[in-house]
Amino acid sequence: MMSPTGNWTVEQPIVALHGVHKSFGSLEVLKGIDIDVMKGEVVCIIGPSGSGKSTLIRTINGLTPVSKGSVKVEGIEVHDAKLDKLALRRKVGIVFQQYNLFPHRTVLQNVMMAPLLVLRENRTEVEERARALLAKVKLKDKENAYPAELSGGQQQRVAIARSLCMRPDVMLFDEVTAALDPETVKEVLVTIRDLAMDGMTCMLVTHEMGFAREISDRVYFTDAGRIVESGPPSQIFETPQDPRTQEFLSKVL
Amino acid sequence: MTPNWTVSRLTWRAPVLAAGLCVLATLAAMAQDGSTGRPSALATLITWVPFILKGFGLNLVMSVLAMALATVSGVILGFMQISPVTLIRLPAKLVTNLFRNSPWLVILFAIMFLVPFQITLPGGDKVMVPDWLKATFGFSLPVMANVSEILRGAVASIPSGQWESAESLAFTRGQTLRHIILPQCIRRMLPPWMNWYALLTLMTPMAAILGVNEALGNTQAAMEAAGSRPEFLIPFYLFLMTIFFVVIYPISICTRRLEKRFATGS
Repeated sequence: MMSPTGNWTVEQPIVALHGVHKSFGSLEVLKGIDIDVMKGEVVCIIGPSGSGKSTLIRTINGLTPVSKGSVKVEGIEVHDAKLDKLALRRKVGIVFQQYNLFPHRTVLQNVMMAPLLVLRENRTEVEERARALLAKVKLKDKENAYPAELSGGQQQRVAIARSLCMRPDVMLFDEVTAALDPETVKEVLVTIRDLAMDGMTCMLVTHEMGFAREISDRVYFTDAGRIVESGPPSQIFETPQDPRTQEFLSKVL
Repeated sequence: MTPNWTVSRLTWRAPVLAAGLCVLATLAAMAQDGSTGRPSALATLITWVPFILKGFGLNLVMSVLAMALATVSGVILGFMQISPVTLIRLPAKLVTNLFRNSPWLVILFAIMFLVPFQITLPGGDKVMVPDWLKATFGFSLPVMANVSEILRGAVASIPSGQWESAESLAFTRGQTLRHIILPQCIRRMLPPWMNWYALLTLMTPMAAILGVNEALGNTQAAMEAAGSRPEFLIPFYLFLMTIFFVVIYPISICTRRLEKRFATGS
């Protein structure tokens, strides 16, 4: 509403990466990444550890600055020094591997904090929305618990609700099930699947191949800082073209 | 979350130890009470107790004032140390390291002789600066530097994921510090802060060297006034140690308990 959206329309990619390079010192982690994501699409990024997947996803909300190239969200250049970061970050939500909930606040407070402090929204409205989101992630009865009292899977679902309470247009998931016990992985994946089915634009970095295959509209396979192959999940998982994709999938499937 | 404070042996150990010291002091005094005609060492001590306690009151006043001063200035200095602006960060680091790594007595002497004994107010009135106030200022400097370092260390000890998730939720740096980082720091800072208060209180008798009439100075003055008999030494000094012990030991118990509690409670 108030934020500048440029000339972006829904026919254009909601997230657009072009020639994105990132170096940490002499180590080049991203070597020219191009990805376009349309509104409502679910995109999974897979690949071996250390291939730059997490770095890639963190450039999209500006957590990791790029060395070269362009990252646009709804037509706004993310790495423009003059950018109003607030406008960007309310469009893009991110969930991390380590949940990163605020340990000194209850579940409900965790979810309500950013809309109250950052967006300065009305408390009753925010509270209503937060409660609805907690119901959606099936944690209605835990709103007064502290993060330390929850399981990893529960904490991760709170983190998803916390992100959603900012009403983002795009959700990023950075290996969100990698730190979880196997029995709690599913509840988090179900939450993400529901979100995708509601039409949320989602980008996931994941090692859950079955899940990627099930929910993705498009899968990107990355290796050594480059996108090796991309396509619909049926193509990537059934008839991979590149020998590196074939080798990786033969190891993990 | 964490259970209530458990009742441990520490609860009764402090008063028992304190009482033990007092009994010991009394026995030591009585043992030396051989001669007749003049008051015993113990009787002399009892006569002078109010005078010594009055001095001890000044120790406490100095320690509380110095701690208040050190906390306020140390927290400001600590915030400057974590500033992203080099021009603010570097001087703060310099000041912190200077006072953290200098002998207290040297700082105390420097302050005593650098701060004038009277200050002219803007209105033209002259105000005397008493020695004990100068000493208080001197004590507060090294503690200030250590409080600054405690704050910096506590902030650094918060996992970077907290900063990242706050940043991703569009918190500004100030909001992140105030609502996310500092509330988590306070419980980490409390035990070392209390520890520094205890140390500071134990250092206040150094002011005696500079002629401040606190507990140690008054004890020496009392012994001298009573005739400087060698049998005074043990009871008088034991009494002095005991009153410090009675105040400081409970603080150190509290500190240890808090540390334990914070160590277990995530």
